[in-house]
Amino acid sequence: MNQKCDECDRPATHHGVDVVDGQKIPVHLCDQHAAEHGLTGKTPHMPIAELLNSFVQKHSGGDSTPRVAENLTCESCGATFAEFRDNSLLGCADCYTAFEGPLSPLMERAHEGGTHHAGKVPRRAGVGERRQVALRQLRRRLDDAVQSEDYEVAAQLRDEIDGLVG
Amino acid sequence: MNFRANTENAGEWLRGAGPLADVVISSRVRLARNLAGLPFVAKANRRQRYEVLESCRSQILAKPLSANTLFVHLNDATALDRQLLVERHLISRQHGASKNDVPRAVAVGSEETFAIMVNEEDHLRIQVLRSGMQLDDAFGQINGIDDMLEEKLEYAYSRRFGYLTACPTNVGTGIRVSVMLHLPALQLTGEIDKVKRAARDMHLAVRGMFGEGSDAQGDLYQVSNQTTLGKSEEEILADFGQTVVPQIVNYERQARQALVRDRGPQLDDKIWRAWGTLTHARVISTKEVLSLLSHVRLGVNLGRIEGIDIRTLNELFLLIQPAHLQRLSEEEMNPAARRIARARLIRQRLGG
Repeated sequence: MNQKCDECDRPATHHGVDVVDGQKIPVHLCDQHAAEHGLTGKTPHMPIAELLNSFVQKHSGGDSTPRVAENLTCESCGATFAEFRDNSLLGCADCYTAFEGPLSPLMERAHEGGTHHAGKVPRRAGVGERRQVALRQLRRRLDDAVQSEDYEVAAQLRDEIDGLVG
Repeated sequence: MNFRANTENAGEWLRGAGPLADVVISSRVRLARNLAGLPFVAKANRRQRYEVLESCRSQILAKPLSANTLFVHLNDATALDRQLLVERHLISRQHGASKNDVPRAVAVGSEETFAIMVNEEDHLRIQVLRSGMQLDDAFGQINGIDDMLEEKLEYAYSRRFGYLTACPTNVGTGIRVSVMLHLPALQLTGEIDKVKRAARDMHLAVRGMFGEGSDAQGDLYQVSNQTTLGKSEEEILADFGQTVVPQIVNYERQARQALVRDRGPQLDDKIWRAWGTLTHARVISTKEVLSLLSHVRLGVNLGRIEGIDIRTLNELFLLIQPAHLQRLSEEEMNPAARRIARARLIRQRLGG
């Protein structure tokens, strides 16, 4: 019979013994609870790990993309795409450029199709940068307004965009 | 570190007040930031990690972020103090873990309304906590902190990807908006799985009380956004605060009313048995306490049991945890001794 995890109904994969007041107490835990009890390494980032798995599976049918991607190296910090696959962490800011090819589709899926930043801009990034982001936001809202046939709002947004571009 | 003074009380966020406080225990907003020109924490060498720590420390302490900001070097802190910070939700488990030898720290603001982790997964993880449903307030405060830190610290940022983070799941705004919800009725009626599935379909994460990888002890669930790229902070807050949370709160309230209507005696039995055990037990585990507290809290919110302050219950969720218990008792205790001390503390606080 398969032993169940002590804390949930999943099958236990980690087995050990705790000693409390000289008494041995058997411990059976699943992967997740074992991680929680600090018996295994830190808990993985589930979403990106799942995405990576499906990405690799999708491309494993004779396609050479993953192999090429594995060998990509970031020149700034020396991180490889294979390392990222293992721990879901990039090495430095430049990794985003170095791994852009294989990374972009993953990010798009992780962020519900989001591909470009549309939020706060650091003051240091300069006025031009902030205007770019503001324009992108306005254009997206314009698309939404047109989609929902809200032409009054659309006209207003169009004016705002013209004001920024002008 | 001196948390001794306030170990007895919970942070502001456990007050049990604020909008929708019958279901929403607390609101949290977190921003992930990295310094430009330095590798992310995992890839940084020792010198670089110290450079990050020092740059952040001097800027955090130079700014009037709160009346009395405490800066704690975690490598020098005792295991008990680190655990205390984890239990108070001021640092992540990963940041508090004893095997973590990265030079790292946390800055804690007065009243514990904010905490800034340095050298966690990202160079900076800023978080603001509030009791009840107060995400907009929390965002206002965190945005101000971010602006002040940015005056001297140059953040890694790209036009296309926004704030650059070690894990691409946080890139863009770097924002994580979350609420801690008390969902005992959805749990009792078995509808919780439906809510979890619906939340996942909406690209939200549903986790236990201590975040990633923890289970929902005490029927406490953390719900948070996952999408950080392609939407503005305001859009993310609006989606979450005006649509998602009110909906879940509604489900829970309906489930509570259904329990009262259809299974009143059984509900009361659960609540009063929980009360009986809490006020009379002599040896008790954390897990059991959390489950019993959950039922009593439900009883108080539904008016089935009276004369109990919700704040006292909220605080017990925190104070019965191992590190708090040991700090309050002023001695190190093994798990067996803790179970006895825990039962005693609960009887004292609840007047059993």
